[in-house]
Amino acid sequence: MTLLPKALLLVAALGLAACNNPDRYGAGGPGGAGGQGGMGGIDSSGLGDPSNPNSIAYFNQTVGDRVLFAVDQSTLSGEARGVLAGQAAWLQSHPDYAIIIEGHADEQGTREYNLALGARRAAAVQDYLISQGIAPSRMKTISYGKERPLEVCSEEACYAKNRRAVTVLSMGAGA
Amino acid sequence: MTFLKHLPTALALALACLAAAAPAHAERLRIVIDEGVIEPMPFAIPDFIDEGGAGDYARNIARVVASDLAGTGLFREIPADAHISRVTAFDAPVAYGDWQAINAQALITGAVQASGDRIVVKFYLFDVFSGQPLGEGLQFAGTPGTWRRMAHKVADAVYSRITGEGGYFDSRVVYVAESGPKNQRQKRLAVMDYDGANVQYLTDSSSIVLAPRFSPTGDRILFTSYASGFPQIYLMDVGNLATRSLGEQPGTMTFAPRFSPDGGTVVFSLERGGNSDIYALDIGGGNLRQLTNAPSIETAPSFSPDGSQIVFESDRSGNQQLYVMSAGGGEARRISGGKGRYGTPVWSPRGDMIAFTKQNEGRFHIGVMRTDGSEERLLTASFLDEGPTWAPNGRVIMFTRESAGAGGAASLFSVDITGRNLRQITTEGAASDPAWSPLLP
Repeated sequence: MTLLPKALLLVAALGLAACNNPDRYGAGGPGGAGGQGGMGGIDSSGLGDPSNPNSIAYFNQTVGDRVLFAVDQSTLSGEARGVLAGQAAWLQSHPDYAIIIEGHADEQGTREYNLALGARRAAAVQDYLISQGIAPSRMKTISYGKERPLEVCSEEACYAKNRRAVTVLSMGAGA
Repeated sequence: MTFLKHLPTALALALACLAAAAPAHAERLRIVIDEGVIEPMPFAIPDFIDEGGAGDYARNIARVVASDLAGTGLFREIPADAHISRVTAFDAPVAYGDWQAINAQALITGAVQASGDRIVVKFYLFDVFSGQPLGEGLQFAGTPGTWRRMAHKVADAVYSRITGEGGYFDSRVVYVAESGPKNQRQKRLAVMDYDGANVQYLTDSSSIVLAPRFSPTGDRILFTSYASGFPQIYLMDVGNLATRSLGEQPGTMTFAPRFSPDGGTVVFSLERGGNSDIYALDIGGGNLRQLTNAPSIETAPSFSPDGSQIVFESDRSGNQQLYVMSAGGGEARRISGGKGRYGTPVWSPRGDMIAFTKQNEGRFHIGVMRTDGSEERLLTASFLDEGPTWAPNGRVIMFTRESAGAGGAASLFSVDITGRNLRQITTEGAASDPAWSPLLP
């Protein structure tokens, strides 16, 4: 019974993260020195109806926008490859979308190492999608290291969800 | 003087420096940091004398000096209400008996004069039980806005004369000021005095910023920012906050930058296709050089103070360990050998040790080891300690400590290299990734 509200919260959090993250598209001046804004370029396109198989919400929730990793690892599990094959199929039939693959780590690691580890995870996803026929020109990768955990408890249950690579859709492939 | 014969050579040399000031009795007023201090040295510091226009400065400067010294854990202040003598004039004879009676081993007296935009601070340090000054009086002058710096300079001089070590109080720390919930942390660069005073924010929080590092002269800062949308290293001029990106290469992430000891080169990690290696770049004119070439993660490079070597971390053995290579790259030798994982190595400004973060059995530690990996010593233990930075004298380490759970927050702590005197630095909010400046001129 308690799982349902939690799941809803999770979905809500994902939705917010997907449309509300200024760092992903931010085109601010370098460093934001001296307090200048740098808030430009936030993509606020709607997620659409999750029952519509052409919507971003459908991709995020039904296809699955993320894969999880073991501690320190960037190897794709069988389950992860299944999710990515689904992503590749969806992307093949929706050529207007470009993607950014975000690599993340849990908090049990030093900052620099986790940045490098997140990059490794994002690259593992990118490589797999390339192997499934997605053009490299449609993809970018970014590592957030341990800077953007999804779950905030300090237990393995949360860590497991934070060791992730998330495929984020945006309009404008080949732009 | 027979005591002198038993002193180790290094200590005897240090004493020789003091001998000019107090030839017969220098050994009485002495703290040897390497041996650790069980009982802090008692000292007294009455409010400084107002020699005209000083106002609150006379008291405030003495308070900052006292706070600096007591904050090391090596000294203990005897409060003013226990003082018997009153110091009424800067050059008045010292009533040693009165200070001996309350067991003050060191006495610091001072005077302040202020007029217009100039303030002058002078002080004496007395060895109470040998009944004479330790070193000569010193005077500092500056604008009123620098009064805390002048207090730190007084404290540095006192600390140096008694410990034989360089000071570190007149220094700054650049760090990341944090706010907001754990899953949407806002981060901006800030600098403060080493004790948390005089905070100045250098960026707004529109982009994630990470791990700033001071240049060897303290005038520039290297850091990693997501301002372009992707992690890149930037160089900021502390004076005017002018900022530019360094070594930008499309499709790559650059991070973990650090200056060479001459300030002319930045060494950092560059990630391409998921693989991170260490590179060097001349700050003036480019010339990107790849120093490692391995499919593993190579990051967190730090130069030896003579510029000849670089210590870094790599997981080429299967997990994070520390390696040392020539500054030009090439063959690296592993120096960490204990249980667990080692990261974020930083070479001591004295050249004798390397500080690091260690993870073992679910705990994080800050530790130090010799540059060959021997004599490993863990100084702290907690849920998450990381990212050590050295005080300019190589005797104190500051680092990030983060608490666990949904409400977890980062704060700055310092500890001395004997593992004593762990204390939190007071900051306005949560703070992480400290980097110590050199001693200010």
